[in-house]
Amino acid sequence: MDNIYFLILRRMRKPLLALVTVYSVAVFGLVLIPGRDADGTVWYLGFFHAFYFVSYMATTIGFGELPREFSDAQRLWTVFCIYLTVTVWIYSVGSLIALLQDESLQRALAERRFAASVKRITTPFFLIVGYGQTGRDLVRALTSERRRAVVIDIDRERLNGLQLEKLREFVPSLQADAQCPDVLLSGGLRHPMCQAVLALTSSNEVNLKVALAAKLLHPEVTIIGRSDSHDISANMLSFDTDYVLNPFEIFALYLRVALTAHCHTVLNDWLGALRGAQLGEPRKPPSEGRWILCGFGRFGKAVYRELSPGGTELMVIEQSPEHTGTPSTAWIHGRGTEAETLEQAGIREAVGLIAGTDNDANNLSIIMTARVLNPELFVVVRENHMVNEDLFAAVDADIRMHPSLIVANRIRTLLRSPLLARFFDLARDQNEEWACALVSRVAAMIQEQAPEVWEFGIDGDDSPALMDAADLGLKPHLVDLLKDPRAVDASLSAIALLHQRGTRLDLLPDPHGTLIQPGDRLLFCGSASARTRMRWNQVDIDVLSTTLGRPPQVGWLWRQLRPHLPARWQT
Amino acid sequence: MNLEKVVFGFFIFLALTLNFGFFVGEIDNPDHHHLREFVILFIVNAVALIMKIGDRSQVDAMLLATGLVAMLQLVGAAIIWILAAHVWESGMTASVMASIVSLAGGAMVANIISVVLLIAETVMLRR
Repeated sequence: MDNIYFLILRRMRKPLLALVTVYSVAVFGLVLIPGRDADGTVWYLGFFHAFYFVSYMATTIGFGELPREFSDAQRLWTVFCIYLTVTVWIYSVGSLIALLQDESLQRALAERRFAASVKRITTPFFLIVGYGQTGRDLVRALTSERRRAVVIDIDRERLNGLQLEKLREFVPSLQADAQCPDVLLSGGLRHPMCQAVLALTSSNEVNLKVALAAKLLHPEVTIIGRSDSHDISANMLSFDTDYVLNPFEIFALYLRVALTAHCHTVLNDWLGALRGAQLGEPRKPPSEGRWILCGFGRFGKAVYRELSPGGTELMVIEQSPEHTGTPSTAWIHGRGTEAETLEQAGIREAVGLIAGTDNDANNLSIIMTARVLNPELFVVVRENHMVNEDLFAAVDADIRMHPSLIVANRIRTLLRSPLLARFFDLARDQNEEWACALVSRVAAMIQEQAPEVWEFGIDGDDSPALMDAADLGLKPHLVDLLKDPRAVDASLSAIALLHQRGTRLDLLPDPHGTLIQPGDRLLFCGSASARTRMRWNQVDIDVLSTTLGRPPQVGWLWRQLRPHLPARWQT
Repeated sequence: MNLEKVVFGFFIFLALTLNFGFFVGEIDNPDHHHLREFVILFIVNAVALIMKIGDRSQVDAMLLATGLVAMLQLVGAAIIWILAAHVWESGMTASVMASIVSLAGGAMVANIISVVLLIAETVMLRR
């Protein structure tokens, strides 16, 4: 990075040489040219006086003629020198200013500032490459939870947007091409506090390169990449990228679950909601009948792959089948924005419509036209651009799907609570009755707001009291942790969702039958007050002892001494 | 052949040779050490110093250091000369001349080192 200074100095060479040359010429001229007194005596300026005169003359201050009045020959030389020195000064100062405004220098300075502020981060942080809609949503969510993020994007406009955001944490950002590993390194790829690298640019190739560079330069770090192409996804997975997220597949899966398993959808929505979000009951889509799918691009294909094996009757409308290919079942050539095409697809008998083209105006138009033909339709719409948000809100579709926000949501879950992501994976294999039972249990604990979801490990940081309990030979069960420390007979309004011991995952563990051991991890959901009260059981050994029905524990010193004391003192 | 290298070498060698020319003679005899020669030596050293600025290798760093040392000593000598000629009542005495010449001698050692470094680098390049 010292190159910048050398660059400055190197560029300053010519102006400095010009200054030295012009000054020397001016001084020598003055020394050589004779002066003449009033009485005709010839005198010469010494080097010192000549340099003194040139110094003030060159900067155009003009003290007059010192130390004695000049002869005309000297004046002629002075006139020449004035223009020469002023010119060379303007040139020197001008080139210095040009140098400071130089784009490469500015960029180098910005990169230096960025690298320095990343280096100063002392808490865990996430390196986010690409500040599009996904990136912005994630940065907002992370900083609102007081977590740090570092952003790299190639577009200056987007980063200007970042600087205008009111975020709780300072987010260092750099405008640079993340395909260059140096940029990733100055973004803290090798920083010991770097928790994860998120490659979220709109280009699959860039995401691939970022994931590859991250894997090579810092193999331990978690890598999450976005990709909506099968080839690139497979490529990323081939070198152990931790998570590859395809927004279209995520949504297609969501849609399938939404169509076939209503309770699962509710569970997903509630547990995955932002903290403190207001809850609404998702609308229940019709499970029987014909669906019309407009657009057979990447999104349409993903939906088709998920839905058609499940027996849903799908009618595809595609405008340019020569680009996208055609489905194996019946399909109709057209845009779907005209009533005629929709009529052909059987809109009047259909129960649902999925407007999934990559053009927002078309999607809106499809919905408007279809609603006129069949007001009862269940409508799913794909939103492509955030700017059209208000239009989509006005059209009031039953499910709105925004690829960027879907990815952001999934990543938030992965980063905030890895166990919750595992829980969703396991829950998907459970049947609908299981999900409905869990939904009613959760519903009983909460009011309007989304349930709090939290996880912790049985270790010294998260739950010192449980570690002490293990040392003391106490055997707390999960049910003890769920007791209210203020009223031991009552239990907290919280549900243990997942219990992890080593590689074993226990879905909805039995509170009475589950022993808690050091090294376990637990996932809970429940009310916010339950979370704070459970914390007492985690951190205070006295509270935990009371909960377990034991007398309060003695202090640390006494515990150290007790084994060495006579037996009668041991009670 | 690289014109930039020629100019670079030219100024470094010229700085040394001028420095030698000023230095030779009886150390305390002002007649042996000319003011104009000193001024030219000073300017050439300044130019050589500027030429040394802005390169990155280890040898370049050492060259820059020698240039700074030579310039420092010459500035010292110039200040003493100005003080002796214009400020001090005693004027240009033998002892003042001796100290000016010895400072110029110090600058010459720095210039010799810089020439040696330049030659060493050139020789290394050949191999």
